Amino acid sequence: MAIRKWLDRSQPLAGAPGARSIDVGPNDWRQVALDVAASDGRLHALWTEGADRTAAQAVYAGDDFLLLVTLPLARDEATYPGLSDIFQTASRMQRAAADLTGVRALDTDARPWLRHAAWPADYRPLAAGEPVAAGELRADDYAFVRVGGDGVHEIPVGPVHAGIIEPGHFRFSVVGEKVLRLEERLGYVHKGIERLFARTRLTDGHRLAARVSGDSTVAYSWAYCQALEGLAGMQVPARALWLRALALEAERIANHLGDLGALGNDAGFAFGLAQLSRLKEIWLRATEAALGRRYLNDFVVPGGVAVDAEPERIAELAACVRSIAADAQVVRDIFDEHAGVRDRFVATGIVTPELAVQLGLVGLAARASGQDRDLRVDLPCAPYDELAVRKAVRNDGDVAARVAVRFDELAESVRLVGAIAAQLPSGGTRADVAVPAAGATGIGAVESWRGPVLVGLRAGEDGMIGRCHPHDPSWQNWPALEYAIIGNIVPDFPLINKSFNLSYSGHDL
Amino acid sequence: MWKTFKQIGSVGIITEAPPAPADELRVREQLQAQILATLGRALCIRQVDAGSCNGCELEIHALNNAFYNVEGLGVRFVASPRHADLLLVTGPVARNMELALKRTYDATPDPKLVVAIGDCGSMGGIFGCSYASAGAVGNVIPVDVAVPGCPPSPNRILAGILTAISASSRAR
Repeated sequence: MAIRKWLDRSQPLAGAPGARSIDVGPNDWRQVALDVAASDGRLHALWTEGADRTAAQAVYAGDDFLLLVTLPLARDEATYPGLSDIFQTASRMQRAAADLTGVRALDTDARPWLRHAAWPADYRPLAAGEPVAAGELRADDYAFVRVGGDGVHEIPVGPVHAGIIEPGHFRFSVVGEKVLRLEERLGYVHKGIERLFARTRLTDGHRLAARVSGDSTVAYSWAYCQALEGLAGMQVPARALWLRALALEAERIANHLGDLGALGNDAGFAFGLAQLSRLKEIWLRATEAALGRRYLNDFVVPGGVAVDAEPERIAELAACVRSIAADAQVVRDIFDEHAGVRDRFVATGIVTPELAVQLGLVGLAARASGQDRDLRVDLPCAPYDELAVRKAVRNDGDVAARVAVRFDELAESVRLVGAIAAQLPSGGTRADVAVPAAGATGIGAVESWRGPVLVGLRAGEDGMIGRCHPHDPSWQNWPALEYAIIGNIVPDFPLINKSFNLSYSGHDL
Repeated sequence: MWKTFKQIGSVGIITEAPPAPADELRVREQLQAQILATLGRALCIRQVDAGSCNGCELEIHALNNAFYNVEGLGVRFVASPRHADLLLVTGPVARNMELALKRTYDATPDPKLVVAIGDCGSMGGIFGCSYASAGAVGNVIPVDVAVPGCPPSPNRILAGILTAISASSRAR
């Protein structure tokens, strides 16, 4: 395993279990990537720095490690060797990093990604001191790849979509009903999160992290706090960690119930939406009764959790989850026996296991394409090391497989909520967090319902954040959607899209 | 098929009473009588995410579940601003979405209403104004009702919508 020599030279890194760190020069930057790829590793995240220091950083994931690789750059040297020929998924991350810091990869695709026309092309949000005047209010002309040929035409969709959905643009090239090519354009909900992080105190950053992608608020705030607590070198009370896991599984249950219902609806089976959205509402109310909020933003705080839960409420939550599981199983059986639903789900939007490897797919979409990776099992943080989570894996890679993985994970989360409720340790729920020294670096990694959420954190001066990069699994999975739709018909796009349900906000930052 | 009917029958009707309109959410007064006469009890909503974290969208979705059952109140989400009477907008307004939001507003026929949702939509929230964010929805298009919260509960959002289409008790 070529990667071992780099791991041997690396240092332990604060935060996530299995995290290590290594600084490299420009030649080794690509060699590490090649060795990770040769060892079946994946690119997990990539970002650059261009303010108080200049650097490119990447996090790689293997079976038993997360490796942060840092390429320090001279201040006037704003380029670094690109990685998109090794890891396809690097391309958009590099383009986004160039938009924000001006530190640019030497790859061929130099189109802007997060920057549209709303701020000047030479403005670097993460490098510049003060903001400049707003750019022009105009639509910019993005260079979509055009498909030629007899009868080929384009369908532009978005940014405002025909439903209660986040904004983004999809450019379909079609012949008749059949999709030849889909090109995504994202960045519409870019709201300057990374610049805002650099103006936020370390002890307040969890609130911003909780609002990177609202559907994964527990995962983000936990990943942020994990990184911060690692920097501070502190021990979080056991009860707080178990309550965090309870919240994370509650979030997974809510999202799976909602999305499975929507998938039924997108297949023309409104009964599925009616039933599962009913269960979701019951679950959100039970969550609020036990943990104080329907959606648990600001539940995870540095050093622990914001509120303790009373034993009776926890018992009620465990009882509620059992009854929801029984009803969800009824709906699952009906989905499985419904010819119309099966017809829409099976063999629709396929991502083969080979393609999943090529694209570096992560999370539930990867598990539906045969990639059995789940941070809760592979690199478990407490209390997951005691919970023995069972991975849900399918090999077909179609909508039906992603539906099956979601139902399986729903059932597993139901079991976990019961197990956590039964084993919840007593004790405190919050400890003090010391302010970490400037320059201290760590990462947090938490398996959200969608996939692994990662937060890279470097402490700045006087208790401020120096640099914080939150990374959503959607970065890896958005490109897969472009492949999954090829050869399918346009009306199946909403169904395929929903089966991934990727975050726009978490990606656009 | 019998399993489907059995499940529907065993759940029964679970819809709850809607909240009362809440005048404190009102931002500006339009010619309510004219709007009410035009829109009546059937209201078509176009939801626009102008830059939210998607938390507000989760609670807006909940309005369609059987507990809140907004369709039962004559309120419907539609796919085009040209079919809409009311824009339900979450924010903050990302500068990359500013033009799309203005165009959506312009494409909505008069008379029209705008309800801003969430702390960010109402006030800019944690994101405020920056190179990338224009802040509150009211900074970009006129807002009639604003519903703060992070995210606001479905009942609160519904109260905001019902406030927009009910006559103000403060008027006159």
